[in-house]
Amino acid sequence: MLEALGRGLAYLLSGSADVLEIVLLSLRVSGTAVALGVLLGLPVGVAVGLGRFRGRRIAIAAIHTGFALPPVVVGLFIYIVLSRSGPLGGLGLLFTPTAMIIAQAVLAAPYVAGITLAAVQSVPESVRLQARALGASRMRALATHLREARLGIGAAVVAGFGAVISEVGAVMLVGGNVQGETRVMTTAIVLETRRGDIAAAVALGIVLLSIAFAVNIALTRLQQGPASVARSSRPGA
Amino acid sequence: MTASAVLEAERVAFRIGDRTILADVSLRLGAGEVVAVLGPNGAGKSTLVRLLLGLERPHAGAVRLRGTPLSDLSERERLDLVGLLQGSPMFAGSVADNVAYGLRLRGVAPAERARRVEAALDRMGVAGLGGRDVRSLSGGETQRVAIARATVLDPDVLLLDEPAAGLDVASRRRLLADLEAAVRRGGGATLLVTHDPQEAFALADRVCVLEGGAVSQEGAPADIVAEPASAFIAELTGAELVVDGVLVARRERLVEVEMGGGVRWLAVPAAHSAADWTPGRRVHVAYRPEDVALTQSGGGAPSTPRNRAQATVSSMAPLGGLVRVRLEGPVPLVALITREGATELDLAPGRQVSALLKAVAARAYMAPAERPS
Repeated sequence: MLEALGRGLAYLLSGSADVLEIVLLSLRVSGTAVALGVLLGLPVGVAVGLGRFRGRRIAIAAIHTGFALPPVVVGLFIYIVLSRSGPLGGLGLLFTPTAMIIAQAVLAAPYVAGITLAAVQSVPESVRLQARALGASRMRALATHLREARLGIGAAVVAGFGAVISEVGAVMLVGGNVQGETRVMTTAIVLETRRGDIAAAVALGIVLLSIAFAVNIALTRLQQGPASVARSSRPGA
Repeated sequence: MTASAVLEAERVAFRIGDRTILADVSLRLGAGEVVAVLGPNGAGKSTLVRLLLGLERPHAGAVRLRGTPLSDLSERERLDLVGLLQGSPMFAGSVADNVAYGLRLRGVAPAERARRVEAALDRMGVAGLGGRDVRSLSGGETQRVAIARATVLDPDVLLLDEPAAGLDVASRRRLLADLEAAVRRGGGATLLVTHDPQEAFALADRVCVLEGGAVSQEGAPADIVAEPASAFIAELTGAELVVDGVLVARRERLVEVEMGGGVRWLAVPAAHSAADWTPGRRVHVAYRPEDVALTQSGGGAPSTPRNRAQATVSSMAPLGGLVRVRLEGPVPLVALITREGATELDLAPGRQVSALLKAVAARAYMAPAERPS
C-alpha cells in the first residue's frame, strides 16, 4: 500500500498535464451539475418544506427516495434519452460533458431538495410570521426564513457535491470515459485499476479525496464564516 | 364610534379543525389608545393577534384598518400595522440588524436608520448592545431588543403579544416601565395581549378580558377590578392578591391563619375545601384590594373582627379615580383606595400605615399541593 502511494505520487508529478485535465473536467462537470441541482432542488425543497398541499407526504417520500437513486440507473435513463434513437438523440449530446452534467444534476437535485426541505422546516414558522408582522412582504419574509436556514441549505449543497463528485456509474455510461474528452477522476480510477496500474488509481483516489476536502472546506467557510466572526464579538461574560 | 377606530375586529371567529379558537370577538382600538387583551393561556390570544395582523384570515367576521379589510390592504398600507409576536424570534445577525429590519423594509436611509436604532435601543435600556450577536443575549435582553425592533417603527398600530412573558418579577416591572414609556411616546395605538392582569392594568387605558374565545368583559381597569363580570375575571383580577400563611386553628365559622411575623388573621374557609382544615396546613388567603382599608398607624381598635397589619407604603399607582397602594410589612398587601382617601392620609412611599381587612373579606384556600384529591 505504501509503495502504491509512493508510486502514485510519482505518477502525479510526472503526468501532471493529463491529470490536471482530468481533475479540471471533474470539477467543471460536478460543479455545474451541483449548480443545476441547486437551481432545481432548492425551490422544490422550499416548496415542499413550507407549502401545504395535497400529496405533500408523497412528494417528501419521493425526494427521499432520490437519495437512493443508483447513479448507474440514472446514467442508463439519460443514456436512453440522449442516444441516437432516443427522444433527444438529435442533439448529439451523448458522450459529451454536457450529458455528464445532466446526469449528475439529476443525481444532485434530490439531495439538495431533501436537505433543504429539512433545513427550512427546522426554522420555526414564527420567524416568517414575525417578519410579516414587521412589514415584510411574503417574498421578503420567505427570504428571511431562508436566511435563517442557510446553514442547512449550505449542507445541502455540500451533500449534493459530495454525491456527484464521487459517483462513477452515471458519468461512465453517458460520458464513455473518452480520453481528453469525458474522462473524469472516478472513471479514470476505474480504468487504471482495470489496466492493473494500481499506483495511478491510488494517486487519482488521493487527488479526488483532497479536492473533495478542499471544496468542502471552502463551502464550510462560506456557510459558517460570518456567523462565527459575529459570535466572537460577545464581550467577556 | 366606528369612525375613530384605527383597528377594528368585528365578530371575528376562527377555528382549527373542529376546535373553535375564537367564537365571536369584537374589538376596537382608537387612535393613540392603549388597550390590553387579558386572558388565560389557551384563550385564543395569540390567534387573535395573528388575525389582527392579517397573518391568518378569520372564518367569520372581519378585521379592518381604518375601515379597510386587512385582506384589501396594499403592502404599503400594511406597514402601518406592526406586531411583536409571542416568543419574539430574533433573526440571525446583530442586535442592530434586527432593530433595523423594519426600517430597511420602509426604505429609511442608512444614517437615519442608525440614529433611530440607537434611540430605540436606548429607550429600552439596551443602548450599546447594537453590535452584539442576538444569540449572545439573555432572555430579558432579547425581549427588550424585540420591543425596540417593533417600537422603532413608530407605527400607527402596534400589537404586542406577551412582551414580558417569562421574566422574573423585578425584570418584568422594569421592562414594563420602559415599555410604557416607549409605547406612550410614539402616540400610536397599542394593543397589549397578556395573561398577566398586573401588566394589563398597569399599562392599558382599557382592558378586554378574553375568555373561552370571546370577550367576557371590557372596560377601564378600575371598573373591571371593582366589578368583575364573572367568577373567572374575579379570580384573574385577584390573582396577585393572595398571601400565604399557615393554619393555626378553626374558630366557629372562621379559620385563624398565621401570616408571618407573628401576625394572625381570621378568614372565611373556602367551601370547596372545608372538609379537613387541620392546624399546620399551608393556606392561601385571598382578598380584594378594595377591601383593604388604610388608617393612620396605630389607629383605634375596630369593633368588628378585622385583620390588622402594620405596613409601609412602597409604591402608589393612580388607576382612574383610584389609587393602587402597594404595602410592605409582615404581610405584603395591595390596597385600592380613593384618591380622596389617599390625600386625607397624606400617603406617600415610605409612610407607615395600618392596613385593615374585615375577616369576612378574607377567604382561605388550601394550598393546592395539599388539597385532598
